[in-house]
Amino acid sequence: MTVGFFTDTTICIGCKACEVACKEWNQIPADSHGFSGESYDQTGGLGANSWRHVAFVEQRVPLGPEGGRPLVKDAALRGLAEEHGVPTEDSADGLRWLMSSDVCKHCTEAGCLDVCPTGAIFRTEYGTVVVQEDVCNGCGYCVTSCPFGVLDQREGDGRVWKCTLCYDRLKDDKEPACAQACPTDSIQFGELDELRARARRRVEKLRSDGLPGARLYGADSGDGVGGFGAFFLLLDEPEVYGLPPDPVVTTRKLGSMWRGALLAAGAVAAGIAGAFLGGRG
Amino acid sequence: MSGRSYYGHPVVKPPVWKPEVPFYLFTGGLAGASAGLAFGASLTGDRELERRAWAVSLVAVAASPVLLIADLGKPGRFYNMLRVFKVTSPMNVGSWLLAAAGGATGLAAGHALLGWFGRSGQAAKPAAAALGMPLTTYTAVLLSNTSIPVWHEARRELPFVFAGGSVASAGAAAALLTPPERAGPARRLTLLGTALEACAVLLMERRLGELGEPYRQGTAGRLTRLAKAVGWSGGLAVGLAGRRRGAVIGGGVAALAGAVLERWSVFRAGFQSAQDPKHTVGPQRRRMEEQGSLAFSPGGIPQT
Repeated sequence: MTVGFFTDTTICIGCKACEVACKEWNQIPADSHGFSGESYDQTGGLGANSWRHVAFVEQRVPLGPEGGRPLVKDAALRGLAEEHGVPTEDSADGLRWLMSSDVCKHCTEAGCLDVCPTGAIFRTEYGTVVVQEDVCNGCGYCVTSCPFGVLDQREGDGRVWKCTLCYDRLKDDKEPACAQACPTDSIQFGELDELRARARRRVEKLRSDGLPGARLYGADSGDGVGGFGAFFLLLDEPEVYGLPPDPVVTTRKLGSMWRGALLAAGAVAAGIAGAFLGGRG
Repeated sequence: MSGRSYYGHPVVKPPVWKPEVPFYLFTGGLAGASAGLAFGASLTGDRELERRAWAVSLVAVAASPVLLIADLGKPGRFYNMLRVFKVTSPMNVGSWLLAAAGGATGLAAGHALLGWFGRSGQAAKPAAAALGMPLTTYTAVLLSNTSIPVWHEARRELPFVFAGGSVASAGAAAALLTPPERAGPARRLTLLGTALEACAVLLMERRLGELGEPYRQGTAGRLTRLAKAVGWSGGLAVGLAGRRRGAVIGGGVAALAGAVLERWSVFRAGFQSAQDPKHTVGPQRRRMEEQGSLAFSPGGIPQT
């Protein structure tokens, strides 16, 4: 059975309960301290010590059809706000706050797994991608192979760490800690096909309700990584959330790369032969 | 290129590799090409050149695993590299290749320098040379098979950049150590390698276009310019030196330094390429637009 996450960012409230639950359950060391100045995000991104990361995007969305509502409704909302002196989200200068809990995508075609030279990274019986901490020797190849910048080496430890989709909890028939902690069900755990069907219904509903920017990210098994095990419903382009718009696993071009290296190796041999023969002539 | 990003944060992670890695790119290439040069000299009966080239190859191939192990986060677990054989992992293939080339070079050098190992030493010479050829270029696959745009998009040229640098450095090292009258092939090899590297580097920069920005800016840009100035003039000097000892020494040292600098410029360019999200997002956006797979028009919503 292949399981995964469907992260519906439209109902994320930015509480970071997922980050905390993940840290507690997986006993991840503390990360950065300080003030980033990037909205409410003090985590910065995924890494060895952050396996869930809530992004906060502040946007000034022009009121009107581009904001997803008819002009009449906007005018009515504005009127109501002025009449009652109640500042609504819509009266607040058209500010839109996008929040999204990022996580390892558990790619169907996982670059990290392909390049891992020790076999430390493997695919579990749940279809997820996990690093075996007792095998990893910290070569760091997976760090550069991941198209999403998920994996990183832990300082002072030397090994590479990432989300395990709570492999240990799955074995006990429990959902991952982040999904259980999420108070709005923005993070949904389940069987991947069922999650994808649910996500398609949700995105259609949102679009018909006036959010034309709603889109699924990573729900298509025909994409560059064969579909994500953890996919998302976004309200803007992926790069706005710090995600690559069209990631492709580099292993797909590995055959031609090996051929190129062999060709160049042949050029080295030919060059050496030429250096000896050149003197004879 | 598309300018939208999350507070300018990189999309992909910069490498965690340390300075040992670019030095290994140099020593691995030097070892492989020197083995080829040594075997060539053994075929033509150039004993003096052969012995020196095997010595260079042995020193370089012995230094390589030391550098690679020192770079690991858990050096004590280096042997896990040989726990599996995996063609999808250039690092794994490279570990096997380096182990085999190291063994063969040890036997071959022992035979050529000390008369040890008898027939197995003799038999190891072609094996060491054959394994040495891919040892000079597999590192290009190692770097290209990553999500670092400036490495991945240079996948066609990078093997030839490393091949040229390896050949030039092997030629230069042998030319430095061998009496001038026996070093003709080494000098010609230096010139050939430098020419190959120069062509490959120029082609790589040209084809990378906007993505090649790291080779023109910052630390990688400075290293690139220095590598060209030092390495190319050094290679040229060795090639045209004839039997003038001073020109060979000056040019040889410069060619070796140039080969090290060239590996460093590629290495540092990877960091700069990963740091800037536009290098990751831009090409993907363009590809989507070309394929018409863009589900939504690029938004024009400004960030606050």
